[in-house]
Amino acid sequence: MADQRRDSEHRPSPEALLAAAHREESRIGRLRIFVGAAPGVGKTYEMLQQAHARKKDGYDVVVGIVETHGRRETEALLEGLEIVPRQRIEYKGQWLEEMDLDAIIARRPQIVLVDELAHTNAEGSRHPKRYLDVEELMGRGVDVYTTVNIQHIESLNDVVAQITHVRVRETVPDTVFDRADAVELVDLTPDDLIQRLKEGKVYVPRQAERALEHFFSPANLTALRELALRRTAERVDEQLLTEMQARAIQGPWAAGERILVCISDDPRSAGLVRYAKRLADRLHGPWLALYVEGRRSLQLSEEERDRIADTLRLAEALGGEAITLPAVDRQIADDVIRYAQANNVTQIVIGKSARTRWFEILHGSVVHDLVRRSGNISVQVIAGDTLASQPIPKKSVRAAEPDDPVNPQPYMFALLAVALALVCAEVIRPWFGVENVDLVFLTAVVGVAVRLGLWPSLLASVVSSLCYNFFFLPPIYTFTITDPTNIAAFIFFTIVAIIVSTVAARARTQVVAATDRARGTESLYSFSRKLAGAGTLDDVLWATAYQTALMLKVRVVLLLPEHGSIAVKAGYPPEDILDDADIAAAKWAWENDRAAGRGSDTLPGAKRLFLPMHTGRGAIGVMGIDSDKPGPMLTPDQRRLLDALRDQGALAIERVKLVEDMDRVERAAETERLRSALLTSISHDLKTPLAAVLGAAGALRDLREKLSEAERLDLLGTIIDESERLNRFIANLLDMTKLESGAISPNVGLHDLGEIVGSALRRAGRILSHHKVELELAPDLPMLELDAVLFEQVLFNLLDNAAKYAPAETTIRIQSWRSGSSVCLCVLDEGGGIPSTDLDHIFDKFYRAQKTDQVRAGTGLGLAISRGFVEAMHGTIVAANRTDRSGAAFTISLPIPQARQNLEAAA
Amino acid sequence: MSAAPVRVLVVDDEPPIRKLLRMGLTAQGYQILEAPNAKTALELLKDAPDLIILDLGLPDAHGLELLQTIRARNESVPIVVLSSRGDEAGKVQALDLGADDYVTKPFGMDELLARMRAALRHQLQTHGERPVFRVGDLSVDLVRRIVKTGEREVKLSPKEYDLLRVLVQHAGKVLTHKFLLGELWDDLTDAQYLRVYVRQLRQKIEADPEQPRYVLTETGVGYRLRAPD
Repeated sequence: MADQRRDSEHRPSPEALLAAAHREESRIGRLRIFVGAAPGVGKTYEMLQQAHARKKDGYDVVVGIVETHGRRETEALLEGLEIVPRQRIEYKGQWLEEMDLDAIIARRPQIVLVDELAHTNAEGSRHPKRYLDVEELMGRGVDVYTTVNIQHIESLNDVVAQITHVRVRETVPDTVFDRADAVELVDLTPDDLIQRLKEGKVYVPRQAERALEHFFSPANLTALRELALRRTAERVDEQLLTEMQARAIQGPWAAGERILVCISDDPRSAGLVRYAKRLADRLHGPWLALYVEGRRSLQLSEEERDRIADTLRLAEALGGEAITLPAVDRQIADDVIRYAQANNVTQIVIGKSARTRWFEILHGSVVHDLVRRSGNISVQVIAGDTLASQPIPKKSVRAAEPDDPVNPQPYMFALLAVALALVCAEVIRPWFGVENVDLVFLTAVVGVAVRLGLWPSLLASVVSSLCYNFFFLPPIYTFTITDPTNIAAFIFFTIVAIIVSTVAARARTQVVAATDRARGTESLYSFSRKLAGAGTLDDVLWATAYQTALMLKVRVVLLLPEHGSIAVKAGYPPEDILDDADIAAAKWAWENDRAAGRGSDTLPGAKRLFLPMHTGRGAIGVMGIDSDKPGPMLTPDQRRLLDALRDQGALAIERVKLVEDMDRVERAAETERLRSALLTSISHDLKTPLAAVLGAAGALRDLREKLSEAERLDLLGTIIDESERLNRFIANLLDMTKLESGAISPNVGLHDLGEIVGSALRRAGRILSHHKVELELAPDLPMLELDAVLFEQVLFNLLDNAAKYAPAETTIRIQSWRSGSSVCLCVLDEGGGIPSTDLDHIFDKFYRAQKTDQVRAGTGLGLAISRGFVEAMHGTIVAANRTDRSGAAFTISLPIPQARQNLEAAA
Repeated sequence: MSAAPVRVLVVDDEPPIRKLLRMGLTAQGYQILEAPNAKTALELLKDAPDLIILDLGLPDAHGLELLQTIRARNESVPIVVLSSRGDEAGKVQALDLGADDYVTKPFGMDELLARMRAALRHQLQTHGERPVFRVGDLSVDLVRRIVKTGEREVKLSPKEYDLLRVLVQHAGKVLTHKFLLGELWDDLTDAQYLRVYVRQLRQKIEADPEQPRYVLTETGVGYRLRAPD
């Protein structure tokens, strides 16, 4: 937040630079706001004049919407500017004209003029508010010129209402104002403005004439003018701050002021939040709104809960941080102070309590506690203004009313418990006496409090004391008490019953709250555990959709980006087709990273509500929910749960995507490794025999006469041998390529193993000329399903390998035997064997054993090819060292054809 | 060899290969006609070559098509095909289309000469049959139907004898599975039967059936009986 921006070092803080870069480079349109203190100061006129100037400079300027209100000077200025025709929207039989957002987007001007930023669009438009239209235009890279009056700025709403006693319903969030790239104040002295009003140069809607008469009083106008000047000055300050940060100018920045505003279910909290925002702006400090969820939070009505949620959201909309804490201490003030101290808060803002004295005695006063214990933190106690109790207008997603009418059952049980106590008391009276039966009633009251909560137990208390009086205190069967001792007993019984029921009910409430929280935590935990277990993107998506659907009892679709747009990737119940309205809402939610669709500000006509899913690194996808319930779908609690679920789902999706990215990187690295190995191999193995051939041929040509006959034959032999080696290498490369491209489709038939061994030996004849070969083939081997060409190549490669690693004059042994339902063929040599560290890798491409001491001529491909071919024929091949002596043993195992096995089984 | 030199048509688009063949074959007394492509090859057919060496990979036509065209015009001229390893199917196709034999590139000159001799001899053989075939210590008397290894007479079943007879009649030449099956069984197409009889025949006439010296396997293609030395 802003305190991070306040970087004490002399370098631009990253955040400031980023914000500037974001504005300048990502082709987000620039916003110029013409601010006036009141209608009629000439904002539109000024805007049009500047538009003409821009147009003269060669910019593509169009008018999106400009209200001239019949002013001739303004109308004259419209001439020469292209006007995008307005769209007509039918609403309740009336035709309303609105700015045609899509037409402007299609027209793609450089600058568009949009008058009256605070305007509320007709129902049926894409956005309910014009400033949302403006944001979309900016998002599409169009610069926007717009006008606004100072009383429409959200945080000034209360102040203006206080001054003028006219509350403006159409407001623009401060963030829009603060985000503007340029704010221009169009100023006119109050006297001049009143003069213009008199001359009829200011448009006044007829129905508001009387209100406006009061509005345009010199006092009001002066106050509004001051507000406008101050607000613009603050903005200039902010701009300066940004500038200073970006250029690392060490400035006289406020020393870490940090404001915390305490909010409650009190309707005036919204006013407090706005006050805190202005205070924070003046102090250039960050601010946060804190709500402590105490005991009383559980007894709040849904309306009150909504108000708290709205207030928190207002704080966020105004640029503050919204925080909700569960109460830890008995005193809420202690929680607030602890949080404030932990977060370097310098000022606490709290509303002046409107509680009765009695309430404060019972519950204590947070304000008093706060002031008493705040230590070096300043506490500002603000008197609420009744005007501020207007409902907060903006709500991004409307919530459902939970269907929870007063349940009479607990009260019935409470009465039942008292009745039971009465019976018990009557039974035991003969033995214990009147003084002790009150304990029976107390037991009932405590039981009710623990099981059923506060109100039923209070009922039980009252009824119990009445019963006690009626049935037991003389004169019995009347409500009168004669004995003063009994009067005291009755009074104390009543007090004890009420205190006990309150305390017990409070304990119960805490238990219930703890249980609820534990259940919430547990379900979230199980959800995250399920997500953690999901390995593939599909699993994660499915788990997210399923869990969300299950926990909130809604239908869920998940959309992820695909080919520059977004597409449905999962749903519960499965769904992959959205209608056009839903697709539009989903796209809008994705592109603007805000909620859209049913119950939201944007495209509320869609069937589903679409919410963006994001992580710290940005938006990841969109979740769409809908249910058969008419009206808003989620209670505030459910909405909070949905936020948590969405966040966890987004994190899991991101995790899977990151893993996939890592896999891709790893595969790329592996490919890279192979490529370099291939290059090394080719440069060595291809060039070595070539060099030998060239050298020998050159020698033969140049030194022909000086060479003896034997030497000549030797050179010729070299040429032939090396050429054959080269040929084998190329053949291997080709085989490998075929294997990797999947072009190997074995041409299997029934073959005699011995026959293939024979032809392989014949082909390897020259390579094996320095070795002895011994064959040990079992006589009764069945024919096997093989591709003779591939299998011959496998054997050839193994023989080639043996000849390479086993010293000359040693024996290469080929053994074959039957082993259960397969036939094994083993090639054994008498070389040094395979180092144990190499056994796992020996079939890898370009892998060569004994790398360190000497590099054998070979490609490192032969064994890889052998394995590929054997596996293509459904066999296996393993490498091992001989147990009887040193040397390697390669064993191929091939299944005996099923037909043959059946035949044997039958025989 | 007769007095008139044997004329060999070499069809190959690679100049180094043509040069190698020209030098090698001329030194052996053959007369060479060279064709770098199918078009020239067809033109040179009118010079009535005694043997054709045909590369299957030509720039202007597929070698197999050219082979068919040549066979359509002149059915008796022996054709030895040059092909690459791994293209067993191409070899079998070429043989089935009427090629007499094949040599796998890269090849040794001795190997090519042996194949050429076998192809030419087979052509001559059809004119004058020789009564007793000998290779190594194997002798086959086609008239009296007597097979001997050294001095020992070998008892063969009728099918084994038929197999050996076909091989002898085309000694030195590769015979595809299809050809042999057609000669011996008419209606059978499964090479598996053939392999069984080859194994039995080898056990009777070879000293080491696993490393045969007479009945040689051309993996993926067929069998060849070693030509007389």
